[in-house]
Amino acid sequence: MWKKALSAALLATGLASSAAWAEAPAPYQITPELEAAAKAEGKVVFYTATDVAVAEKLAEHFKSKYPGIAVQVERAGSERVFQRIGQEYSTGIYNADVIETSDAVHFEYFKRQGWLEPMVPQEVADKWPADERDPDGNFAAYRAHLSVIAYRTDLMKEADAPKTWNDLLDPRFKDKMVKAHPGYSGTVMTSTFVLSQLLGWEYFEKLGKQNIMQVQSSTEPPKKLAQGERALEVDGNEYNVFRLIDEGKPIKIVYPDEGTPLAVGNAAVLKQAPNPNAAKLFYAFLFSLDAQQLNSDFGGLRSFHPDVKEKADRTPLSKIKVLHSDPEKLEPEIPTIKANYEKYFGT
Amino acid sequence: MTSDVQVQALPAQGWRRGIDLSWPTFALLTLVLSVLVLLPLFWLVYYSFRSDTGGGATFDNYIALVVDPTLLRAYGLAIGMALAVGALACVIATPMAWLVARTDLPGRRTIRMLVTASFVTPPFLGAIAYEILAAPNSGIVNIIYRSIFGLEASEYLVNIYTFSGLVFAIACFTFPYVFTLVANALDRVPSDLEDASSILGGKSMTTLRKVTIPLVLPAMLAGTLIAILQALTMFGSPAILALPAGFHVITTKIWSLFQFPPRLGLAAAAALPLLIITVILLRAQKSILGRKGYTVLGGKSGTPRITKLGPWKWVAIAFVLTVLSLTIILPYLAILKTAFTGTVGDPINLSTLTLSHWRFVLFEFSATQLALRNTFLLGFLTATAVTAIALIVSYLVTRRSVPGSGFLGVLATAPVAIPGIVLGVGLFLSYANPTFQLYGTIWILLIAFMTIELPAGYQQMSSAFSGVHPELEEAGRIMGASRLKTLWDITAPLLRTSVVAAWCFVFVGTIRELSATILLTTANTKLVSVIIYDLNESGDLGAICVLGIILLAASFAVVFVANRVPVLGGSQMNARG
Repeated sequence: MWKKALSAALLATGLASSAAWAEAPAPYQITPELEAAAKAEGKVVFYTATDVAVAEKLAEHFKSKYPGIAVQVERAGSERVFQRIGQEYSTGIYNADVIETSDAVHFEYFKRQGWLEPMVPQEVADKWPADERDPDGNFAAYRAHLSVIAYRTDLMKEADAPKTWNDLLDPRFKDKMVKAHPGYSGTVMTSTFVLSQLLGWEYFEKLGKQNIMQVQSSTEPPKKLAQGERALEVDGNEYNVFRLIDEGKPIKIVYPDEGTPLAVGNAAVLKQAPNPNAAKLFYAFLFSLDAQQLNSDFGGLRSFHPDVKEKADRTPLSKIKVLHSDPEKLEPEIPTIKANYEKYFGT
Repeated sequence: MTSDVQVQALPAQGWRRGIDLSWPTFALLTLVLSVLVLLPLFWLVYYSFRSDTGGGATFDNYIALVVDPTLLRAYGLAIGMALAVGALACVIATPMAWLVARTDLPGRRTIRMLVTASFVTPPFLGAIAYEILAAPNSGIVNIIYRSIFGLEASEYLVNIYTFSGLVFAIACFTFPYVFTLVANALDRVPSDLEDASSILGGKSMTTLRKVTIPLVLPAMLAGTLIAILQALTMFGSPAILALPAGFHVITTKIWSLFQFPPRLGLAAAAALPLLIITVILLRAQKSILGRKGYTVLGGKSGTPRITKLGPWKWVAIAFVLTVLSLTIILPYLAILKTAFTGTVGDPINLSTLTLSHWRFVLFEFSATQLALRNTFLLGFLTATAVTAIALIVSYLVTRRSVPGSGFLGVLATAPVAIPGIVLGVGLFLSYANPTFQLYGTIWILLIAFMTIELPAGYQQMSSAFSGVHPELEEAGRIMGASRLKTLWDITAPLLRTSVVAAWCFVFVGTIRELSATILLTTANTKLVSVIIYDLNESGDLGAICVLGIILLAASFAVVFVANRVPVLGGSQMNARG
């Protein structure tokens, strides 16, 4: 079961024992009163790092389920969302209701700052593995995805495609690769950390000489593959690749032998949410089976909901060697990662 | 209250003093402009001496400026890029301006109009259009190149993600500055000097080389300096083209310092040299244009000499067509194509044509409506406020109604020396704190846009004022009307066309602004330029092109209205600064 493998993820947040769990508020359900109160507010502001088309689809589904409540989707890269909320909160602006990024470090930070309103939807309490939710109920893992190597099957033969991370250093891939930026993407921040631990910074130093096209968001390398701008992506969201494969684009994913980095996207409700009831409703909706199933079917995201059925053509996580990141160890490394990255890749 | 007292005490004199608002207006404007211009600069300097880690006073930020290789490299590349853009723009624009102003090239009016169109194009949109055209693999130009010559998939003709690609893409949308200045200068070069040269036996090329070019040289240099300045302080195009190529210029580097946790002190220190370079360039431009006097000394003595191109006509047409295709036709076609097809690489046929990007932008993407509303609201507010302030300031300055009014003119021109990103940093530091709480509202953006656009508005209004003789106003004043009433009833109608032109100019400038906006915008104050930038970072080119078309349609609608007004011909779209 790949969910078991996923459950091992995010050990740091999951290290908490059942004793700590007791501090979390009691689980809540979506009641007619909550719905009415949310409708009275009429709006929920969702800061998210999920691909904009997926996030808007989810918002649309919410609106059809709870008519009368508008969803304002604010999509940017994880690190940009973090920057935005940081700038806003340090200047006393409270725009956001619900926040979601793919960098687990952010939620440790928010929690420390006391920016989050603890709450546990019933669905999370019942179905979520204990490792995938904050023991104090501040946040829970709304989604997960891998950062994958992928290539255009019409531009590169399967035999020529890389099998390992080290294969990417081969001169035959020079000028052919595209890669996202850790200063923008939480997924790439996580994967850069994990790979620098696994392969050392020398690996990135060599990779930096491969004349790689540098884009910002981890949603973008798959789109550059779809355009045919590059034949091979070094990193990028697995879910965007799934979506493009579903659209019929000739792209194939490589799960390298050394392992594939996993990024967990947490979600939380902010303490200063301007629409607290709509936030509470939307938050519960995010973890509901149909929202999670939609994320999987339309979005290609991995879910921690045990009842979500994945499409048959996707490799289950249990068959993939997954590299987990420890947000507590990652956090102090962030300045080093940014500085080294700029040194080796120029930006 | 005091004026009431005066009215009673001194009926004859007090009447006039009570109504004449020159002094209060002057004082108010001085205050407003000082706050607009000086406050952000003050905080910029203050923060540059403030430690990002401890908060105490420090020189670390300035030391970092000298020793941090990433900052030095960013400055070096930015300056190199700007110089190259200036040179390229000058080389493209000068011959073109000469062809349009002084030869019998067919379609000269149309060409001027099309150059204006390239001026209206936001540079960041131009950069995105060039991504679509000239990306090494998916670029349309390269696809065509490969299919014509039957080459391997790895071959390419052009690569926009390079330093030279960036220079080219920026030059395409900054050359109108040089073009406009040189064409206007050529319009004014007295033909009797050239006639003298011909009479003395100079062939047309000799005349061109020895008389005409020296006379327009100041305009050429001034235009080139503006192009350099524009390139140096530009944020959008480098962010779109330089980052994929793996290098920072200074504006993108400053932006990256805002990543959380932000390094505000370093950002402020890194912004200051940009301010100083800008001031130096502007002074250089001023001293060059200051000598312009002799080009127009003779006034309009007869119509400009028209050179017959003869057999060279076809070469000239080919040259102009090439420039126009590169700067207008191809980028616009690329944007149109991308807005209506699935992905950039798709060929155009019935099966790839789709309205899905339009549906996404207009109905699914929740930011669209808000951004459009904010953009146009801010465009209207800024244009109206700037035109009003510029009108009053230029009146006070040109009519010297109040002693010291010249200072107002200086204040109104000063922001031209503040690059957008520097102003963005300054305004963020000034107003993004719990005291003011302007950050996160559209007011901070309004302040930014007003500051950025004021010099352009003021320049247009003051040149219009100097064309209206004061005697008409004096007549009004003698008949007992107050200053404001004279301004409103006599001067303003006379200046109506200029006012409309300035308004449109500011409006267009506002809706294409990105470099200050990017630091000041939040979720509720999104602008179209910012969502285009956001969408670019996640690679949604189709949606960008749809938004770009909407933005351009609005810009052109405004320019079209402006062109209905006789005074604003294409050639009068004066360069900012």
